[in-house]
Amino acid sequence: MELQPHIQHHIKLSEESLQKQTTTLNLGPTHPATHGVFQNIMEIDGERVMETVPTIGYIHRAFEKIAERRPYYQITPLTDRLNYCSSPINNMGWHMTIEKLLGLKLPKRVEYLRVIIMELSRIADHLVCNSVIAVDTGALTPFTYVFQYREKIYEIFEEICGSRLTTNIGRVGGFERNFTPASFTKLNDFLKTFPKVMKEFESLLNRNRIFIDRCVGAGPISAERAMNYGFTGPNLRATGVDYDVRVAQPYSSYEDFDFKIPVGTVGDVYDRFMVRNGEMWESVSIIHQALEKIEKIEKEFPDQKEVFYAKEADHFHIPAKEDVYTKMEALIWHFKIIMGEIDAPAGEVYHSVEGGNGEVGYYLISDGGRTPYRLHFRRPCFIYYQAFPEMVQGGLFSDAVITLSSLNVIAGELDG
Amino acid sequence: MGLTNEIIKQRLTDKFGDQITEWETPYGLQTFRAPADMNLKVMQFLYDDEELRFRFLTDLTAVHFPNRKGEELSVVYHLHNLIDNIRLRVKIYVPIEKPDVYTATQLFSGANWMERETYDFFGINFIGHPNLIRILNVDEMDYFPMRKEYPMEDPTRRDKDDEMFGR
Repeated sequence: MELQPHIQHHIKLSEESLQKQTTTLNLGPTHPATHGVFQNIMEIDGERVMETVPTIGYIHRAFEKIAERRPYYQITPLTDRLNYCSSPINNMGWHMTIEKLLGLKLPKRVEYLRVIIMELSRIADHLVCNSVIAVDTGALTPFTYVFQYREKIYEIFEEICGSRLTTNIGRVGGFERNFTPASFTKLNDFLKTFPKVMKEFESLLNRNRIFIDRCVGAGPISAERAMNYGFTGPNLRATGVDYDVRVAQPYSSYEDFDFKIPVGTVGDVYDRFMVRNGEMWESVSIIHQALEKIEKIEKEFPDQKEVFYAKEADHFHIPAKEDVYTKMEALIWHFKIIMGEIDAPAGEVYHSVEGGNGEVGYYLISDGGRTPYRLHFRRPCFIYYQAFPEMVQGGLFSDAVITLSSLNVIAGELDG
Repeated sequence: MGLTNEIIKQRLTDKFGDQITEWETPYGLQTFRAPADMNLKVMQFLYDDEELRFRFLTDLTAVHFPNRKGEELSVVYHLHNLIDNIRLRVKIYVPIEKPDVYTATQLFSGANWMERETYDFFGINFIGHPNLIRILNVDEMDYFPMRKEYPMEDPTRRDKDDEMFGR
């Protein structure tokens, strides 16, 4: 049967709908099993999925168009709302794009602080994804358990930048203010308690008979197909391709760190789950290394303790409030930055970072004005979600649901 | 890591001669312009060639330049060679009256939605695309919103004009 793309607007039953042996099922746009606003019109034969047609765009907010009218620093809140499970990574990626355009070099301490924030948000992102796979396979306990630790990560973000989910963290050239001692205390507390919880989470699921039976072989994709579809991130690594932007094109001093890239073999739900688990352990190790490196820098150069942004980025960095109230120069810059009167040089930049779901890319064309001439977000979800019909075809309907959650499709990133 | 920008340029010049123009490397990323009707030939060559092996389509998008008469729309491909870890940017230009570009869906399955998105926002007509319909916007929309002639805000509004800042 030819599926009608307009079926959501005008429900029309096809001529042969009374004779046909299969069932048309509308999954979404709001459905508890889709975790976001996606619609899939599925043709199922008993429990087998024969065909599925995804409809996307329900929360499209035209960020690329909005960005063409906004000064650079006002685009950061837009990037928050792409992948809202790991918005700090998007924020940092955007800052790094502008820094690349400006040719800025950041102090090592700032880059390591950024690495800490990015790895924390990777843990938060993967925790949500993996615990939701467990929910969809019928286990609610791990989800409620690890969500406390996602909460702890958000408390660290709150201590650093004042907000939790859509963070708008950092500025061009570094951070808006230095990390407080409390944020390091919270971070150390998290690092101390999280591994134990993570171990427990893994022991609940990794070798769980029911979980393995549900996940192994569900929604597989081969490495060739995944690469042809433009997969990146954990979903690509689950198929056995070790492509990680952090290693391939190191940014923010990732080349200084020693970490492994977990890979899977067959690219099914279980592989994706295990790759994400492995990455969380690596993230914890990266944060430990970053803290050590920062400590070493501070011991060697005590004045580095106060460095939280690049001095060359002064024209993009809002001065401290007490300076704004007392110094003419600071007041002028504050005004110019807030009014968006800072011009960036003309240029064409592509910069990408390893987001929670894969390569988050920013293609920026600047014509030398206060706003981008064109800004395009490479949104990994948008690119790999199109493989979903192929991945679930022929499988069980219940496998389609866990495939969707294991792909970690985030509606904000999907629809831009 | 044997592949460099120079080798890419040499291989492409050997194959296509002076049909490939506007060689640039902004921020280290090799960029060039191919004729609009040759985008598939160039990408197929980049894909098949044993040395170049650009087999990963990172990104596909378009840019509108209203002032470039006869070549207003530009389609930009970002390709990636995952083996040698090097990126490449391919640009083609088409006139806005006849924005016809050959589809890359036969080469990269991932191009399907990226081309639909580009069609949706810029109206690029990808010839041979299996399902070229709108993807993020509503089906009833009858214009291409990312083109520069559609401003973000209502241009007739006067309440936002400011003597000092002019907007």
